[in-house]
Amino acid sequence: MDRIVELQRQLVEYTTSLYNEGFLDDQFNQLQQLQDESNPDFVVEVVSLFFEDSERLLNELANSLEQQSLDFIRVDAHVHQLKGSSSSIGAQRVQRACILFRNYCEVQNVEGCLNCLQHVKHEYSLVKSKLETLFKLEQKILAAGGTLPMMM
Amino acid sequence: MVFGTGSSSTKSTKGVEEVGGNLSVLIVDDDPIILRIHRMMLNKFGLVTHVVENGKEAVDLFRSGSCFDMVLMDMEMPIMDGPKATQELRAMGVNSMIVGVTSRGLESEKQSFMGAGLNRCHEKPLTTDIVTSLVQELIKHY
Repeated sequence: MDRIVELQRQLVEYTTSLYNEGFLDDQFNQLQQLQDESNPDFVVEVVSLFFEDSERLLNELANSLEQQSLDFIRVDAHVHQLKGSSSSIGAQRVQRACILFRNYCEVQNVEGCLNCLQHVKHEYSLVKSKLETLFKLEQKILAAGGTLPMMM
Repeated sequence: MVFGTGSSSTKSTKGVEEVGGNLSVLIVDDDPIILRIHRMMLNKFGLVTHVVENGKEAVDLFRSGSCFDMVLMDMEMPIMDGPKATQELRAMGVNSMIVGVTSRGLESEKQSFMGAGLNRCHEKPLTTDIVTSLVQELIKHY
């Protein structure tokens, strides 16, 4: 029982830090509120969709930015999609990085776009790692027979 | 932020949830993440949901005789976008509640989408509070 309580404490502390450091915003909490006994993997499913979508979009962006003649409209469309999906799961820092990226697309600044792509990739990689850690903690609690703490 | 422990991590939406009844919603969106989230949200309110990925599929459904109490219409979609699909549905005489959802923040774009025949327009993703107000409006007027 002590182990479960300790794991629950770790999860609460870790989740709080993700909000405090801006990795996640309230939209992630909204997703957790939707999860229930009949859809126990809802959050993992949605976040997995986000991972797949993001990786596809980041590849497309890398390809687009390698072209001799840059199609800023195409680049902007991809960044717009990534901004949308990151906002859907509450990945706030990725969303904000996308907003900056779109600004450089608008003024057709190639170097700015290239730097922004690296920034978005970095933020995506960070939030992916953080979410995977969060889900692993949740699994440990459930495997030990505990329940997930409610966030209110 | 306050934390507690419980057997469920779900916030109760009783009240409005229970009167969702047999109301049906057509979700029109090409984003699989949004489709999953909005479907889950609406199902929790007891609404029956059906999904399509573009405006043309939505129009074809209505044309084939299907009927829905509410349509959640994304603005940007391939083949036929939200404004065009909304115009077509209204021209066909569809008087279901049509709610636009957009990831675009520009007021002018929202106004333009509203002008196509929407009842309401919101930024996506929808929140539980917004879905609550939509369901309340649906129950009251339709």
